[in-house]
Order: sequence, then C-alpha cells, then structure tokens
Amino acid sequence: MSILTYDFMIRALVAAVFTGLAAPAVGTYLVQRRLALMGDGIGHVAVTGVALGLLTGASPTWTAVGVAIVGAILIEVIREQGRANGDVALALLFYGGIAGGVLITGLAGQSAARLQEFLFGSITTTSVSDVWVTIVLALVVVTLCVGLLPQLFAVAQDEEFAQVAGLRVRFYNVLVAVLAAVTVTVAMRTVGLLLVSALMVVPVATAQQVTRSFRTTLGLAMLLGTGASLGGLVLSALASSRYSVAPGPSIVLLALLGFALTWPIGAALRRRQRLAEPFVPEPPLGHEITDEHPHAHGPDCGHVAVTHGDHVDYVHGGHRHAIHGEHYDEH
Amino acid sequence: MLTGHAPEVVAVRGGAVALGGRPVLRGINLAVHEGEFVALMGANGSGKSTLVRAMTGLRPLAAGSVELFGTDLASYRDWQRIGFVPQRSSAASGVPASVWEVVASGRLTRRRLLRPLGRADRVAIKAALDVVGLGDRLRDGVTALSGGQQQRVLIARALAGEPDLLFLDEPTAGVDLPNQEALAGALRILNEGGATVVLVAHELGPLARLVDRAVVMRDGRIAYNGAPLGDDTVHHPLFLESHSHHHAEPVRRDHAPHVAAPLDGSR
Repeated sequence: MSILTYDFMIRALVAAVFTGLAAPAVGTYLVQRRLALMGDGIGHVAVTGVALGLLTGASPTWTAVGVAIVGAILIEVIREQGRANGDVALALLFYGGIAGGVLITGLAGQSAARLQEFLFGSITTTSVSDVWVTIVLALVVVTLCVGLLPQLFAVAQDEEFAQVAGLRVRFYNVLVAVLAAVTVTVAMRTVGLLLVSALMVVPVATAQQVTRSFRTTLGLAMLLGTGASLGGLVLSALASSRYSVAPGPSIVLLALLGFALTWPIGAALRRRQRLAEPFVPEPPLGHEITDEHPHAHGPDCGHVAVTHGDHVDYVHGGHRHAIHGEHYDEH
Repeated sequence: MLTGHAPEVVAVRGGAVALGGRPVLRGINLAVHEGEFVALMGANGSGKSTLVRAMTGLRPLAAGSVELFGTDLASYRDWQRIGFVPQRSSAASGVPASVWEVVASGRLTRRRLLRPLGRADRVAIKAALDVVGLGDRLRDGVTALSGGQQQRVLIARALAGEPDLLFLDEPTAGVDLPNQEALAGALRILNEGGATVVLVAHELGPLARLVDRAVVMRDGRIAYNGAPLGDDTVHHPLFLESHSHHHAEPVRRDHAPHVAAPLDGSR
C-alpha cells in the first residue's frame, strides 16, 4: 500500500479524480447527441497536436488543446452541414490526425515511445504543473457542463425547438465541441488519446442502464467515471510490484467491467417496463368468460398486471384476464 | 375564438423559400390574427411544414418578409411569446430524460443563464403537464411513454413557456385517437385563454372542431384560405391529392448502447 503515498502517485491520484469527473460530464452530452465516437475522433486529431509540441519544443498539452479544438470545431461544422458523406469526411480527419502525428514525431527526432506516453497515458510521470493544468481545465469543463445543463440539454434534445426558443444553438454546439476537445487533452495523460473516448462514454452507458432522468445520468456517470479512474489507477499501482500494468487500460477495463455488471440489470428493468406498458384502452369485443379458472389473480399472484383502460388485465399464458364479478373475462 | 379585426400576430408578405436553390414556396401572403386557430393543410410535399419553418425562422426566406407580433423576423427577440412543437415522432434522445426534464426545457425562453428554476417556472411546468394529462408521469422516462404520449410531452414543453402564439407541426401524425382527443383538449384550453394557434396537419380528426380557418397548400402555393374544410374536401383533386394517410411509425429506442457513426441521427 505504501506505493500510494509517493509524491508521483498522489499527483496521479489527483489527476485521475479530476479526469474521471470531467470526461463523463462532457460524454453525457456527446452520447445524448449520438456522437459517442466524437471523443475518439478528437483524440486522433490531438495526436498531431502533441507531435507539433514535440517538434517545436512547446508544451504538448497546449498544442494538443489547440489542435483538438480546431479538430472539434471542424467535426461540428461537418455535422451541422449534415452531408450524407459526412462520416467519410470525419474518417479523413481522424486518419489525417494520427498519420500527421506519427510523421511529425519522426521529423522531430522523437521516438515512438515518447508519443506512446500520450497515446496510452502515462499518469505516473505527470509533473506538478501538469496536475494544476488538469485541475483547472477539468473544473472549467465540469462547471460549464453542470451550470449550463438546461441550455445544453435543450439544444442536444431538440435543436429546432431550442432555436425557436431563442437559444443560440450554434454557440452551444461549438461549446460542447470545445469542451470535448479540452477534456480529451485533459484525459490524455491519464488514459491516453486512444482510450480517452472510453472514459467519456462507458460511464454514461453504464449509468443509463439504471436511470430515468438526464440529471441522474449525468451525476451517476461522473461518479462512475471518478470511481473507475481512481480504482483503475490504484489497481495498476498495486499490481505494479509483480506485473507491468499501465493505468490507462486498467481504468478503461474497470469502467467496462462496471458496464458488463450493470447491463443485465438494465435489460431486466427494460423488460419489466415493456411488460407493464398499458394496453390500448379499447373495450373488449364482447363478453367472453374464461374457461374454468382455479387461479385467483391478485397483486401478488405472480402474473403481470397491466393497466387496460379503467381496470387491470392479468397476463396469463398468452391470455389477458380481467376480473368481472365472480369470474374472469377474456380481454 | 375568431376575431375579425384583432391585430396581426403572424404576417407573411410575398414569402418565398428555396431549398438547395430550388424554389419550394412562392408568393405566400398570409396573416394570422390574435386568438385565431389556423390549420395549414395540404398533401405531402405541398410545403405546409416548410411554411411553418419559415414563420419560425428555421428556414430563411428567399424573398418577401415574415413579421411576428409586428416585428420583422430578423430583429425579433421576444421568443418567450412563441411556442413550437416540431414534427417528430419521439421525444427520446441518446440519454434517458424524464418527462419533467423535457417539459422544463420549455421554460428556457423565460429563464436567465445560470439561474435555478423559480417558483413560477415550477408552477408553469406542472400546469403544462396537467393540461396534456400527464401530471402523474413526470418522473417517468420519456421512452417509457407511447408515441402519442411523447407527442403530448412535446406539446407540454411548448405550453410550459406560456406562449401567446403556438406553432404545431403535424402533432397528430401517428397518434392514436384517445391521444388526439387529449391533445385537442389541451389546445382548446390554450386557445380559449387567448393564444393564437397555427397547426400543420394532414388530417384534423378531433382537432377539426377547434379550427377557425383553413389554409390549404398545393405545390408550394396557397390554394385555399377561408372557412374550415372537412377532411373529404381537403382531399379534393384540386389540392393534388388522392386519398392517402400518414403512417408515421414511432421509433422506439431504449438506452442500450447502439453502434452508430459519429454523424448518425441529428437530422
């Protein structure tokens, strides 16, 4: 356990907490827009940003932020244009980003191992200033995501409605894109550019298995993201005495494990909800009495009770039984 | 409520809309007066939805002008007076949202940035939900509702903003009869309260009783503007329509992960 008290480990833990909070916060809005892969795309583009930093000697974090924002706005513009071949345009952007990154890293005379720090994360090598940048950027992201929730929710839920409500739809769309870009670079040191999207999307997918409202989904996703981020880091640290375990993959795999464990619960909840959906409130065609019925239906009889107009039908062996005086009717 | 000399709430003068360079709407002159209930009707592709989108500023005009409450659309800022129910079959998105949350977003026209909901907001949200008869479902996820109930949620969202002018684009498409009745009841309450309603509909059904004036579109132009017409008259060959129905299929999505390209959905 003593490994957790080393300075580099404390820095890593702090970075992990803030990354774990910020990534699912933006991720919720991306998933709401069905843009779950956008984080992945921005991550690819940011590789070029990192490489530019390595080439020019500037801080790779800031060059990555810059290039990621440009990439995110480009993606948003392509999305807004809504062209049929938009996904191809996005693919061009993604691959251009990663190929450019690898090429420029080579030109800069840096090894692939240096680039790998950014591709898969190297949370344990973060400096004090890196941690501060992570904290500040993550706080900005979380503040905007939570503070502007009503506006961002409305724009993502129904763009046309939001526009007629007088919201500046394009501003909010670009804001989400920029927040996503900032988050990608924040999470770059923790889980790496190639895995960052997982931390944005997987906690949201897990949370929505059990939630019914947007705000609980957002809150739970942030909680799960923080848990996965911290847990993955601690697990990899504890395992490091015997094996070489990178924190990035362990964080992502822990988040995925959370999803795998929650999915059956979500599937069961959805099934129960479907079964309990009310029947069309039309009266039955005629008065049809069930055959001899030894079973007494009630709230605890084990048969699904479904609302049907002003009464309840019990689903029994493919039939719908409604109580009618001393007997049951077929509905 | 029909008022002959009430002020003009919507005025389209010489309006034209082009989609991708092709003229769609031409020579549209239409005024809607305060308190009126106007039905915009016509065959599929006649341009009735496009006209509503032009009136709400979602489609730019290629020529002519649109005025809302006497102000040109380009300089119009008083959006809390406008309610809009877009044409769609579902209130669902990629993340669960409760009925209350969707309806609450209708208050955004009246809320300042970064301010929590006030008491008046909460009262209006509850009242809007009660009007559409979903006051007991506010904590449910919208995906748990039927297509018709989701449509009522979208109407409640527009009502929550307490609009003076309500645009509805095909609110009854793919909605069963009991839900259409509930919808008609909600619109009657609103209209009797003095609000103006502009409704796009292919078939009026139970809404027919409420309509003061029918405007029938035919191939991008107004073919008829006058007293309400029965459904049989609207389907007259003059309006380029043999008998046809909308069969909007409600798209139901749960929140299990779906594989989608980054550009899927949205439009």
